[in-house]
Amino acid sequence: MLLNIKDLHVSIDGKEIIKGLNLSINKGEIHAIMGPNGTGKSTLAAAITGREGYEITKGEILYNGKSILDWTPDQRANEGVFLSFQYPIEIPGVSMTNFMRTAMNAKREYKNLPPMQAGEFLKKMEEKKKLVDINAKMTNRSVNEGFSGGEKKKNEIFQMAMLEPELAILDETDSGLDIDALKVVANGVNQLKSEDNGFLVITHYQRLLDYIIPDFVHVMFEGRIVKSGGKGLALELEEKGYEWLKEPYAG
Amino acid sequence: MENTKKTYYPLENVLIKHFTEHAVEWEQSDPPEVTSQRKGAMDYFKEKGFPNLKMEKWRGTDLDAVYQEELTVFDEETPFDKKVDEIFECEVHGFHTRMISVLNGSFYSKEEAKLTVSPNGVIIGSLARAQKEYPEIFEKYYGKLPNHIEDGFKAINTAMARDGAFVYIPDGVELSGDTLQLIDILNKPNLAVNTRNLIVLGKNAKLSFLHCDDSVNHHAGLINTVSEIYLGENAELELYKLQNINDETALVNQVFIDQAANSHVKISMLTLNGGLIRNEVSDALNGEGASCDIRGLYLVDKEQHIDNHVSVLHNAPHCDSNQLFKGVLDNKATGVFNGFTYVKKDAQQTNAFQRNSNILLSDDARIDAMPHLEIYADDVKCGHGASVGQLDEEALFYLMQRGIPFADARMLLMYAFADDILKEVSIDALRITIEDMVKRRLRGELSICDRCVLHCSNPEQPIIFDIDLSKI
Ligand SMILES: Nc1ncnc2c1ncn2[C@@H]1O[C@H](COP(=O)(O)OP(=O)(O)O)[C@@H](O)[C@H]1O
Ligand SMILES: [Mg+2]
Repeated sequence: MLLNIKDLHVSIDGKEIIKGLNLSINKGEIHAIMGPNGTGKSTLAAAITGREGYEITKGEILYNGKSILDWTPDQRANEGVFLSFQYPIEIPGVSMTNFMRTAMNAKREYKNLPPMQAGEFLKKMEEKKKLVDINAKMTNRSVNEGFSGGEKKKNEIFQMAMLEPELAILDETDSGLDIDALKVVANGVNQLKSEDNGFLVITHYQRLLDYIIPDFVHVMFEGRIVKSGGKGLALELEEKGYEWLKEPYAG
Repeated sequence: MENTKKTYYPLENVLIKHFTEHAVEWEQSDPPEVTSQRKGAMDYFKEKGFPNLKMEKWRGTDLDAVYQEELTVFDEETPFDKKVDEIFECEVHGFHTRMISVLNGSFYSKEEAKLTVSPNGVIIGSLARAQKEYPEIFEKYYGKLPNHIEDGFKAINTAMARDGAFVYIPDGVELSGDTLQLIDILNKPNLAVNTRNLIVLGKNAKLSFLHCDDSVNHHAGLINTVSEIYLGENAELELYKLQNINDETALVNQVFIDQAANSHVKISMLTLNGGLIRNEVSDALNGEGASCDIRGLYLVDKEQHIDNHVSVLHNAPHCDSNQLFKGVLDNKATGVFNGFTYVKKDAQQTNAFQRNSNILLSDDARIDAMPHLEIYADDVKCGHGASVGQLDEEALFYLMQRGIPFADARMLLMYAFADDILKEVSIDALRITIEDMVKRRLRGELSICDRCVLHCSNPEQPIIFDIDLSKI
């Protein structure tokens, strides 16, 4: 099993946000998580990637069978966990090229491989840029600085394509994208998808799932997964909204 | 003087005594105006002494420990028995400079190179020699800028400085292909030196000037430097100041600039190491259309202290100024930034910006940022701001989520922070060298180079840093 989350409880500043969540993802699977705002979806992504301040008070996260709770964020990343951020960060002064090359070589060092040759690196970058249809000039600019919302999201997918993760978490990568950009994002995912990796796609809207076909859809509400099903569940949510979920669980 | 200060610090006593013993002798060779400047400055010094913490412009920078030392006043020429590079090795890679040096306060060279005149009229060499050989230039400019006696350091420099570098670029001459490099070195223990530099650019003249403050050994000392810089109409100056002195030396560095119409000044003050450094830049935009861009970067740690005082005076309309200073302070390092912009009543259509940003890497590091604007014209665009913060946690996490370990992520962010300053160094080879130094400094390798500030990559320790790939 690629990811196995058991009875996960996560608190921020002493306030419990995730309240006993179970989720397992096998290699080769795409899972979608849907749910209203403020329900804890991004918190779950932060907990999996090891962000500081997200305290795991109970439960377990197993990645390829190993507990990762003590791993640093960079170690998790180098073991193959990737997060496409809901709000990508701007880093003035660090060029995309330097950033990616540093990241790629950090991973290689982690795996005891020599640094990638500049030529090979550039070739790979060109190839992946095409995949996500990003402007050639974008890689000379500082990371996300002055990028439009759509460019930032495409840039996340570009980075994912470069780093070739085993577990990719996409946190609302589709929000604010027009249909063309949405297709680009979906294409990035579909190209990378294989029998050796898995995806956790957090989304608000069913429309992304027209292009990225999930094997499983989970509905998250108030820190728990309250319903799971096949891709039909997404359509059902689209029709009914989230209101109907609230009633049986309220109180 | 009636109002004489009652008690003196040991260093003040030493300086006053030295002056008293030598004033008559100096008078023989100095022009009358210099003699009277010296006397006036010494009277001021006797009355006021060195600056103290109670003075507005010295708040935050405590030199008491220096004042307590009985340093030796040194103003003698060192006989030229070794080439500069035997005292001090400077390897500037792929970058052509014409190098001059000031050793322990006096111009250091072979006798025949003390003052050279090129066919195009450029004069470069010792200020003491220029005073004798080119009195008409010397007397026209020397000590002509205001505020020379505004505090004890400037006063004592005016009273006692007897040598330094002299650079004269006549009208229409561009010294842009070659960078002129001045190396200021201290290599004897416990010296107090007063150095004076005079740089004059005629109309349409151009100069790129690299001024390095270095100390060779770990000796205590005080360097008190005043540089006067004059720019004629349309003249252009790029000034790089690199400071890499030991933790024991105190450096008080004061630069005064007078800009005529349409002249341009670009300054990068890069402080990589130094126990106690006070930099003061005072730039007067006296002619229409003049501009200045004054940037600084300081990287300090341990118990180091850095104080940058920048003042830009918009005395004429249609001038632009920009001040951008950035600093990273670690351990118990402390700093002061005091930026002052003054816009005179009739200086309309002024654009003046100043900004100071700081990253504090430890809870004990401290910075006191004081931006001031004083505006008497109405048609002006001005902005100022200061920020003090830690490294951006979100950015750190973002980098780490991509697999970059904490220490590298932190360094990358610090480097990125410095980039605004570094990218403005327009001489490529110099920029690359400085970038390397900053990287090494951030990695903790470059506390102080024992030799040249620019000697930063050597065969035993090649620079491998996988971040800067801007060249590919
Ligand atoms: N860094 C944080 N500090 C404090 N509260 C937070 C933080 N991040 C999220 N929260 C709170 O946790 C809850 C879940 O937020 P989030 O995980 O972002 O939800 P979602 O991604 O499902 O919209 C919200 O109530 C939010 O206010
Ligand atoms: Mg969210």
